[in-house]
Order: sequence, then structure tokens, then C-alpha cells
Amino acid sequence: MKNRAWLFLVPALVLVSLSAFIPLMAVVNYSLHVLVPGSIPKYVALENYAEVLGDPFFCGAVKRQFCFTFQVLLIEIPLGLLVALCLPSKGKGLTFCLVLLGIPLLIPWNVVGMVWRVFTRADLGVVPAMFARIGYDYRPVEHAVDAWWTTVVMDVWHWVPLVVLLCFAGLQTIPDAYYQAARIDGASPWATFRYVTLPRLRYVLIIAVLLRTMDSFNIYSEPYVLTGGGPGNTTNFMSIYTSSQAIGGFNMGYGAALSVVYMFLVVMLCYVLYTLMLNIGKGAEPA
Amino acid sequence: MATIELRDLAHSYRADTDAADAFAVRDVNLTWVEGSAAALLGPSGCGKTTILNIISGLLRPTRGQVLIGGRDVTELAPRDRRIAQVFQFPVVYDTISVAANLAFPLKNAGVSRAERDARITEIAELLDLTGVLGVSAGKVSQADKQKVSLGRGIARKDTAAILLDEPLTVIDPKEKYVLRRKLRQVQRELNITMIYVTHDQHEALTFADSVTVLDRGRVVQVGSPADLHADPATPFIGYFIGSPGMNLLKCAFREGALDFGCFSKRLSDDTASQIGPHGPELNLGIRPEFVETSKEERAGWVCMEVRLVENMGTHKVLTLGVNGLTIKGRAPDDTSIAEGASVWVDFPEDRIKVFKGDEKIL
Repeated sequence: MKNRAWLFLVPALVLVSLSAFIPLMAVVNYSLHVLVPGSIPKYVALENYAEVLGDPFFCGAVKRQFCFTFQVLLIEIPLGLLVALCLPSKGKGLTFCLVLLGIPLLIPWNVVGMVWRVFTRADLGVVPAMFARIGYDYRPVEHAVDAWWTTVVMDVWHWVPLVVLLCFAGLQTIPDAYYQAARIDGASPWATFRYVTLPRLRYVLIIAVLLRTMDSFNIYSEPYVLTGGGPGNTTNFMSIYTSSQAIGGFNMGYGAALSVVYMFLVVMLCYVLYTLMLNIGKGAEPA
Repeated sequence: MATIELRDLAHSYRADTDAADAFAVRDVNLTWVEGSAAALLGPSGCGKTTILNIISGLLRPTRGQVLIGGRDVTELAPRDRRIAQVFQFPVVYDTISVAANLAFPLKNAGVSRAERDARITEIAELLDLTGVLGVSAGKVSQADKQKVSLGRGIARKDTAAILLDEPLTVIDPKEKYVLRRKLRQVQRELNITMIYVTHDQHEALTFADSVTVLDRGRVVQVGSPADLHADPATPFIGYFIGSPGMNLLKCAFREGALDFGCFSKRLSDDTASQIGPHGPELNLGIRPEFVETSKEERAGWVCMEVRLVENMGTHKVLTLGVNGLTIKGRAPDDTSIAEGASVWVDFPEDRIKVFKGDEKIL
């Protein structure tokens, strides 16, 4: 090697291989075997993958997952942006709001699940009690619709603050002159938002969408704690199904194949979203 | 188009206006007649931008009035004042085309499409933007972006004035010159009032017919570039305008002469009688280009050492000194004066200015 500077990369490479590359390769390796604890692994080439693609439960989980992800994106991104626009721009009120917004992000995920579990319990939860007042029989453990929307609301509650913080940081970087120019040009509030705020927030919004896409694919503790994926399969998302196969079903090889497909889907989706958002509004609009 | 008038204007960014330094600008009374090319000149933090924002309506003054065409607009929103503003860095709506940018204020004002298109063509021609009309405004050069933001300003036919807030700051030196000429051309062709804010005296003096010099929130002098140069109202202007600035020397008036400590300069009786009543503590101002130098000894001239010779290309700047006193002089390009040599120096009486504190007495 000509340049000894490459040596400085060694610690990073070691860390990355230990934390990402080696486990990933191990998972790929598992996925090519039938691997049940206590028996000798058997190499089966791509059989696990063939099975995954024909698995109706998996296909159901994927559909559900995409549906869920698009729903939370549709709610969380506009809502987050809206809240960020409403935040005071400085002062004590801002500090208070930021701390308040930070709380859901600071609570450990399983605690979030437990909090909501208590909220929604039929016997002592506040949510069923509130619904009972308006005459609605709220039972997430038995009713698919209740379970689904409760999971969506939990995710929104948990993650809108992240979108708010990202958007707020983005808004702070827009120079005042843009707003002053819009005022002088007589722009309406909507035109100002459309031609000043939104274009200048593009990169922040891309990051928010990508983070929320990836994280919503990772949703696990919320539906797990709430109903364990039920009722039936209504909240059986990809992560829940994968772990139930690998750990619950002791079928490590199959679980590994599920994980690889799962990862492939997330990466593809993020790539598509990234490319789309990067090009939105880049073409000049006619006068 | 209309006359712009500021009456007893004062502005403070603070709530308590009792403190001595609470006001960013104060006691501002200015009038710009229709079609003037004016500049607001002053060092950073002197209140130039504050005045500009008050005229355009982005700021409401703490006290005083803004009149446009005789009408009090102090309480009006920016869009209703018919004032355009060009900012320090180019502000364009970069997701839409140059044409859409130019049309933006017209669209907001409810101008019909056909009229908009006609106006855009006109403006693009005036500003040499015809070739990039269809291009996204985010993708054109900085100078073109600045032209677009100027174009948005003049798109509305009823624009009363254009305010330029250091518009050339981020433009390449090469394009700066072109853009400055363009600004002047637009100003002349449309006969529109332009107020150009800058801390760069060169920009102000080359752009404007009338320059207003500000210092610490107050107007110190209004005049043509030639006036400011030849007849500065205060030592600050003398020093601020010109390169190098005016020499300011502490002196005392005694027995018909100005005494500089290590030498003195005799004055004619006429001049002496003008200075006499103002007491001993004075400042003499003389521009470097008026300092006369000679290699041979002359009667009444003072001998100084040449401490530094700076070659500026078209001329040389000499730093001359005697004891603790230093002055700058200007000599032609072909002067052969070496550092360390001695020269004889004189301040011609018809070129000197005398100040007492901030007040000009000669």
C-alpha cells in the first residue's frame, strides 16, 4: 500500500464489519440453511426465499406494512410541518414546547407500548372510557379497526415530535430576506408557503420522510404490546411476523430469509422516495 | 413614481428608549425627488438598512413619518407602498422559472395573463434576461439572480421606488461592474427613484447623483459625490470618503498661524480672521491629493521624512512624517521618491479645511 493514511481507516472498518457487515453476512448465510436449534443445519440454497415469496402470511404482512407506512407518513409529515410552523420562534414558550415535544422521543419504546396498553385496557384505560361517553364500544383486542387505528395513533404520537423538530430546525435556516421579499411582492400566506417555505425545506423533508419510512417499517413494540399482532393478523407487521417465525417458531433459517427480503424492501422503498422527492419541483414552472 | 420623504424619523430596536444609545437611527429628515439616483452611505451598523426597511415597510418606525408622493404611508403594509427592494444576496423563488419569478408580483396583484406576458418580455429585454426566461431561477448565475430580483421590483408598473441593499456584495468582481452599469441604465430608462445602500464609497459615488452619508444613526451630509469630496461637512466624512481619506491633524491657532507642535503654518489675514474666534483646539483636514511636495527646500514649507511609498498603479501614495506626526500624500506615477528621503511639504491654504470638534469652520 502506497499511502499509509489508509491505516487510519482500519478502526472504522473493524467497527463497521463487527456491527453491520459480519452480522449481515451471517444472516444471509442462515437464510440459505434450514436452521432449527438443536439439529444440524442443512444447506437448502434459495428454498427459504421461494417459500417466503409464496407465504400468504408474509405477503399479508408486507401489504399491511406498506399501508401502515403510507398512512403514518401522510399524517405525520403534514402534521409535523404544521406544528413546526405554529411554534413560537423564540423565547421561553419555545423552550417549553421543545421540551414537551421531546418527551415521547425520550421514553424507551417498550415503555411507550406499556403506557398505551394501560391507556387502552378495557377495565381501567382512559381511552375506552372516553369512547364509552360518546357511545362507541372501543375494544382493540377484539376489533380490527380499533387495533389498527390505535397503532397508527400511537405511532403518530410517538414520532410527530421528531418531524416537528426536523422541520423547526429547517425553518430556522431560511433567511428573513425571503419572507421580506415575499411581503414586498404582495404574496399571500399560501404563496409564501408554496414558493418560499416548502422549497427551502425540501432536504429536511426528505430526511424526515426517509427516517419515518425506515422507522415505521421497524414498528414492533407498539402492536406487540397492544395486541401481539392481533386481532387475527390485523396488526401483524413485518417485524412481528419475522420475529415470530425466527424466535417464536424456532425457524432461524426461514426468519433470516424473511429479514433479508424485509431489508431489501425497505432499501428499495427509501431509494424510490428519495429519488422522487429530490426531483419534485426541480423543473421550472411556466409563468 | 413619486417623491419619498422621511420626517423626523427615529427607530429603536429596544423597548426602553431612554438610554442614550437606544436609537439605531434618529432625527432623520430626507427627501428624494422622483427619478433620483441616490445612495445611502455609511459604515456598517450606521442604520442604513434600518432606514431602508422603514421605507419599504418591513419595519415600523418608533417615531416619525414616511411619505410617498405626499401621502403618509407609515402605517401601510409593504405591498401597498409600491416599493421594491433588492437584498444583499439574491432572493429568487428558485423552484420556478425566471419568467414565473418576474410574473410573481404581477400575479399577486391580479394582473391578467396577457398583460403579464407582455410585461415580462419587456423587462427581460431591459435586463438581458430573455435567454434564461425558461430556466429555473435557482440555476442561473448570481448576477442574473440579482437581476431577477430587480426585475420583480420593476415588474409592477406603479413601482414608486427601488431600494437596493448592498446589492453587489456577493457578485463576482467582473460581473459587478456590468451589473452596476445595468442598474444605472435601468434607473435612467425608467426614470425611477433608486436608493442604493452601501458601505462602499466607490459604489455609492459612481452610482448616485446624490449621496447621503450616515454615521451612528444620523445624517451627516447630503450632497453630490463632488461636494462630499471637496467640501466634507465633518472630519468623519473627510476621512470616510476618498482613498486614502482626508488627513486630519490636531493643531492650535496662535498668532495668525496654525501650530502643529513641531512646525507651524502661517495663514493669510483673511483666513486667520475666520478661524480666530473659534479658539485654539482645532483639527486641520487636507486631502492627500492636495498635499504639495517638493524635493528642494522651499521657504515656509516643512521638511518631512518619506516613510512609505505605495504604488497604486496610476499614482503613488506617500506616507510622510515628522516627529510624531504622520500624513498621507499623493504623487504622480512617475515620481522618483525613495523611502527614507526628505521632502518639503506644504498645505495650500485654499485647499485646507478646519474643523472644531465635528463642526466645520473653514
